[in-house]
Amino acid sequence: MESTLLIVVFFTALVLVIAGTAMAWLLSPSKRNVQKELPYECGVPTRGTSWMQFKVGYYLFAILFLMFDVEAVFLFPWAVVVQELGLLALVNVLFFMLVLVLGLAYAWKKGALQWK
Amino acid sequence: MFDFSIVTSWIDSMLRGVMPAWAALTIEYVLIGVVILLVYALIALSLIYMERKVCGAFQCRLGPNRVGPMGIFQAVADMIKMLIKELIYIRNSDKFLFKLAPFIMITASVMAFGCLPFGRGLHVLDFNIGIFLLLSVSAVSIVGVLLAGWASNNKFSMIGAMRSGAQMISYELSLGISMLTMVMLAGTMSFSGIVEAQADGWFLFKGHIPALIAFIVYLIAGNAETNRGPFDLPEAESELTAGFHTEYSGLQFGFFYLAEYLNLFIVAGVAATVFLGGWMPLHIPGWEGFNAVMDYIPSVVWFFGKTYLMIFVLMWFKWTFPRLRVDQILTLEWKYLLPIGLFNLMLMAIIVIFGLHF
Repeated sequence: MESTLLIVVFFTALVLVIAGTAMAWLLSPSKRNVQKELPYECGVPTRGTSWMQFKVGYYLFAILFLMFDVEAVFLFPWAVVVQELGLLALVNVLFFMLVLVLGLAYAWKKGALQWK
Repeated sequence: MFDFSIVTSWIDSMLRGVMPAWAALTIEYVLIGVVILLVYALIALSLIYMERKVCGAFQCRLGPNRVGPMGIFQAVADMIKMLIKELIYIRNSDKFLFKLAPFIMITASVMAFGCLPFGRGLHVLDFNIGIFLLLSVSAVSIVGVLLAGWASNNKFSMIGAMRSGAQMISYELSLGISMLTMVMLAGTMSFSGIVEAQADGWFLFKGHIPALIAFIVYLIAGNAETNRGPFDLPEAESELTAGFHTEYSGLQFGFFYLAEYLNLFIVAGVAATVFLGGWMPLHIPGWEGFNAVMDYIPSVVWFFGKTYLMIFVLMWFKWTFPRLRVDQILTLEWKYLLPIGLFNLMLMAIIVIFGLHF
C-alpha cells in the first residue's frame, strides 16, 4: 500500500511533464531557422564542441563528497537508536568519525580543499 | 485538533461501498495525483508572486501591480506566456538528454513534495525512513542539472552545470548531517514521528545549542541546494547568461523555474517540520489557556504559516547578500560548515545519551 503510493507520486510527475509538454507542443508556434538553432554564446559562431575535458577540481570534490556521503549513510541507522545503544556505541562511532576526520585533515593539508 | 484521516477514511469507505475494492483503490490513487498536482501548481504560482513582491519591497519598488488587483494574476499570466512560447532545440545538442533533464528535475521535486506532512493525517508518503527518502529523492535533481548543462552543448551551460554540481553535492553533506543531528534527537526518521515528538516543545527550543547550530547550518546548506540567493553562481546572469538553462525556452524552461520554486518550498517545509514543529501548534508549558487557544488553529494553517515564514527568511537572504565566488562557496562548505556539522553531531549525541534535553 505504502510503496504503491511511491509509484503513484512518480506517475503524477510523469503526467505533469507529459501533459505540460503536449500542451506546449499544441499551443506554441514552430518557425525553425538556422540562426535560431545556434548555441546562445557571443554572437559569433562558436569554436568547437563543449563536450571536452574539464577542470579536475570538480572531480576532486566529487570524490571527497563520496567519502562523507557514504559515512552519512552508515550513521543514519545509529542516529535512530542512539538512545538505546548508549555510550559504548558513541565511543565506537567516535572512532569511525576519527578515521574520516583524519582523511579530511589529510586532504586539507595536501591542499585538496583549495580551489586553484 | 482536526484530524484529516477522518476525511480520507470516509472517502475510502464510501467508495468501497459502491464499487469493488480495486476500482475504489484506483480512484483514490487518481485523486491523490490530482490533489498533488493542484497543490503543486498553486504553491508554485504563489511563490512566484511572493518572490516578486518581496523583491520589490526590498528594492523600494511596488512589484507587479497591473494584472488583476495587486497584480495577483501576474504569475498566471507568466505561466500562459511560457506555454505559448516556441520550444527551440539547438542543432548540435543531445536531443534526448536535453528533453530528459527537465523531467528529472520535476520528478525529483514532486516526489520530495509528496514526503512533506501538510497537516494531521494529511500526508502522502509516510514511510519510516521519511527523511532519508526525501534527502535521496531530492538529490536526484543534481543529475537533472548536470544533464541539462551537458546536453545543451554550450560553454556557458557546461560551466554552470559543473559549478552547480560541485556546489550541490558539497552542501548535500551539511544538509544530511544537520538532518542526522535532528534524527538523533527525535529517535525516528519518519516525518509523522518527528512531528509527534515535538508536541511538548519544538526541536529548536528542545535541543538547546546543537539544535540551533544545526538549524543555521541547515538554512545555509538548504539555500545553496536550491541554487538561489548568495549561492546562485550556477546561473550568474552577469557572467554565464543563465547557466545550465541558457538554451532552454518555453515550457522546458518553465519546468526548471517550477522545480526551483518547489525546491525552495521543500527546503522551507523540511525546516518548518524538523525544527519548528511542523503542524504542531505553539505550546508553552504552564500556559493552559494559551495552549487551548492555539489548538483551535487548524494544523494546515500552522504548517503553511511556518513554511511561508521560512520562505520569507530565505528570500531575505537572497536579496541581502552579494553573490559568492566558487572558491568561497567551497571553502565555506568544506572548511567551516562540515567540521562544525560533525562536531555538532557529537555534541547532540552526548546530549541525547545523557538526557540533557527537556
